[in-house]
Amino acid sequence: MKFKIYPALLTIFFIIIFFVFYKGLQNSNIYTPSADLKKNIPSFKAKIFLTNEKISSEQIFHSDKFYLVNIWASWCVPCRDEHIFLMNLSTQKNIKIIGINYKDNNEKAKIYLNELNNPYDKILFDENGTLAIEWGAYGVPESFLIHKNKIIKKIIGPLNEDLLLEIKKLAE
Amino acid sequence: MASLIGFYSLIFGLCVSFLIIFFSIKNFKNSHIFDKKIISFTFLQFFFVIVSFLGLILSFVHSDFSNQTVFNHSHTTKPLFYKISGTWGNHEGSLLLWLLVLTLFIFLFLLKSKNQSKKYRILTLLFQQIIIIGFFIFVIKTSNPFNYIFPVPKEGLGLNPILQDPALAIHPPILYLGYVGTSIIFSSTLAATSLNYISKEWAKHIKQWILISWIFLTLGILLGSIWAYYELGWGGFWFWDPVENVSLMPWLALTSLLHCILVLEKRLVLTSWVVVLSISTFTLSMCGTFLVRSGILNSVHTFANDPERGLFILIFLFCLVFLSLFIFFFFHKTQNKDSNSFFWLSKETSILINNWFMIYFLSVVLIGTTYPIFLEVISSEKISVGPPFYNKLIIPFLIPFLLAMAIGPKLNWIKSDLKKKFYLILFLIISLLLSVIIIKSLNINFLVNTILVTSAFYLFFITLRDFFIKGFKNLSQNLTHFGFSLLILSILFNNIFSTEIITNLKIGETFKTDKYKIIFENIEQKDEQNFKAIIGKFNIENSDGKTEILKPELRIYNQPTIVTSEADIKTNFLVDKFITMNLVQNQDYFNIRYQIKPFMLWIWFSVLLISFGGLISLFKKKYEV
Repeated sequence: MKFKIYPALLTIFFIIIFFVFYKGLQNSNIYTPSADLKKNIPSFKAKIFLTNEKISSEQIFHSDKFYLVNIWASWCVPCRDEHIFLMNLSTQKNIKIIGINYKDNNEKAKIYLNELNNPYDKILFDENGTLAIEWGAYGVPESFLIHKNKIIKKIIGPLNEDLLLEIKKLAE
Repeated sequence: MASLIGFYSLIFGLCVSFLIIFFSIKNFKNSHIFDKKIISFTFLQFFFVIVSFLGLILSFVHSDFSNQTVFNHSHTTKPLFYKISGTWGNHEGSLLLWLLVLTLFIFLFLLKSKNQSKKYRILTLLFQQIIIIGFFIFVIKTSNPFNYIFPVPKEGLGLNPILQDPALAIHPPILYLGYVGTSIIFSSTLAATSLNYISKEWAKHIKQWILISWIFLTLGILLGSIWAYYELGWGGFWFWDPVENVSLMPWLALTSLLHCILVLEKRLVLTSWVVVLSISTFTLSMCGTFLVRSGILNSVHTFANDPERGLFILIFLFCLVFLSLFIFFFFHKTQNKDSNSFFWLSKETSILINNWFMIYFLSVVLIGTTYPIFLEVISSEKISVGPPFYNKLIIPFLIPFLLAMAIGPKLNWIKSDLKKKFYLILFLIISLLLSVIIIKSLNINFLVNTILVTSAFYLFFITLRDFFIKGFKNLSQNLTHFGFSLLILSILFNNIFSTEIITNLKIGETFKTDKYKIIFENIEQKDEQNFKAIIGKFNIENSDGKTEILKPELRIYNQPTIVTSEADIKTNFLVDKFITMNLVQNQDYFNIRYQIKPFMLWIWFSVLLISFGGLISLFKKKYEV
C-alpha cells in the first residue's frame, strides 16, 4: 500500500506547485518602487524621541493640516545649515514639522537640539534607518511636505531660502 | 555570416541528438560492446555547439548589429574584453553556454566512463540527450541568439555597465560548469537507478563528477559575491537575492550529496537518499533557471521577461520531475532495512545529521525564495523576503551544525566511542574562553554571539590541530572544513566589527569622528572610451596620523546612459576601507558612504580554501574521509 501512496501524494504535490508557478507566470511582476509625487504617505509605527512611546502614522497626520516631515541627524552637517529655515517655518501656524531622527545617538541629538533649538512638533526616533527607507529617502537631510495624507513635495538635501518660500506658498 | 553559421550549427546539433538516440537504442538492444560511433556523434554535437558559440562571439567582436542579440547587448565603443564577455551576459547567449556545458559534460563522461557497463553508459547518454534536446528546442524556439534584424542598425544598445566587470565576465562560465554540470549527475543517477546499478564502485565513479560540479559551483558563487561586493556598492557580499539563492540551493544539495556519496562508497547505505539528492540537485538548478529567466521573481539579474520562455522551462522542468519520480518509484530497489540503521555515535550518523541541517538550510532558502510567488498567486499580495528572515532561521542552526562538523570526522565508521577524545572537550573550553574574551568588551548581544563564535572557533581549532597531527592524511576533508570555519569566523567578525558612516559632504568639507577624519578634497572629470567619470578624492586621516587617499567614482556610461557609482576599496590583510559617493540631485552635496570592513579578504580566501579541498579530493586515488 505504502508503495502507491507516496508516488501519488508526491505527484499531486508537484502538480499543485506546477499550477502555482503557472499562475505566477501570468502575473506581471514589473513593479518599480517609485518616488512619485502625490503618493500616499507610508503607514508606520514609530517610537517618539526620548519618551520611547509608540505612535502610529494615523495619530500623527491629520488631513486638514500641512506637515513637513524632516529627516535629520546630529551627525549630519548640512542639517545644521537648514536648521535656521526649520526654525523659521516652525513659527508658521498652518505647518507642523515632524522630525525623523535618523540613525542617531539620543544624547548627541539632545545636545544638538539644545544648542540649535527645537523646531519640531514631534520627533520620531529612527534608530536603524528603516523608517527613512519606508519614506523612500535617499539620505539626510530630506523633507517631505504633506497635505491630506499625500506627499505634495519632496526635497532632497537641505532647505534653503527659495525652498522655504515655496513651502510657505504651497501651504497657503 | 557568423550568425548564419551559428544558427545552422544549432540546427545540426539538434539533428545529431536524434542520430545519437537512434544509434544508442540500437546499441542498447543489440551488441555487447559500446559502439564507438556514439562517442564520435557526441563529439560532433559538442563541436556544433562550439561553432555556434564561436559564431555568436564573432558577431559580438565584429559588432554585427544585424544580429538582434548583439544589437541589444553590445556597442562599438565597448572594450573588446567586454564585447566577448557580453556573449554570455544576456539570456540568449547564456543559454548557448548551458548547451555548451551540457554537451561538453556528456562527451567527457563517455570518455571517462570506459570501465562502466555499456548499458549504464548508454542510458546516461539517453537521459542527458533528453535534457539537451529540451534546451536545443528552448534556444531555437524561444531564445534564438541569431535573430536577424533588417534594416541593420548603425549602433547597438550597449551592455549594462554593472555587468562590465572582470569578475562578472568569468563568473557565468565558471558557475555554469558547476550549475549545469549537475545534469550529468542527474542523468547517470537515473540510469543507475533504472538498471539497479548503484554500487560502491558506482559511488566512486560518480563522486568525481559531483566533485567537479561542486568545485566549479563554489568558485562561481565566490566570483558572483566578489562582483556584488565591488560593483553594487552596498559593501555587502551576499544579499539573499533570488538569483544568489538559486545558485546556493543546488550548492547545498550538492554538498549533502557529496557527503552521502562517501557513506555510500564505504558502506552501500543511504542509496535512496543519494538518488533523491542527485535528482533534486539538478531539479533545483533547472528550477533556478526557471525562476530567474521567466521573470517570475524580481531580482538584480533582470533578463527580459517573456512568459513564453517561462512556460517552456516550467513544462520541461516538470516533465523531468515526473520522469525522475517515475523512475525512482518504479525502478529503485531499496536495500534491506538493517544496513540503514546506524549506531548513534558513528561517522555515518554525524554525516546524516549534517545532511539534515543542510536540507533544513535548503528548505529555508527554497521557501524564502518561492514563498512570494505562492502568496501572490493565492492572495495577490506582493511581499519580498529579505535578509532578516534568512538570518533568523539560519544562524541559530549554524551552531550545532558547526559542532557536528568538528566532531563528526573524528568518529569511526559503524561504531565509535569517546575514549581518548578528551581533547574535544578541552578545545571546546578554549574556544569558549577565547570568544568570551573577544565578545565581552563589545556592545552586542552577548549570549548568541559568544555561542556562535565559540562553535566557529571550535571547528577552527579542531581542524587546525588535525593539520599538525594527521598531516596529509585526510587533507581534503580537513581543508574544506577548516576553510568553512574560517569563512564563518570571517563573516561573524566582519559583521561584528564593521563600521559605517553615511553623510552628505560638499567639496572641501571634512567629517570628523573620534578615530578618523574624512576630508573631501576635490573632484576631477575624466573621459574614458565608453563612460565619463567623476572621480572624488578623499583623504582619510586616522588618529595616529596616517593618511590614506580613496578615490570613488561616479561613472556616466554613454551606451546605455546609466550612472553607476564605483566604490573605491583599499584592501589589506585585515581590513577593507570602502567608500562610495553618490550625487544628491540638484544640490552640490555628495552622499558619502564610508565603511570599514574587517576580514573581507579572509572571506574570499576561505572559500578558495574550501574549493581547493575539493580539488585535492578529486586528484587523490585512495579512499579517505
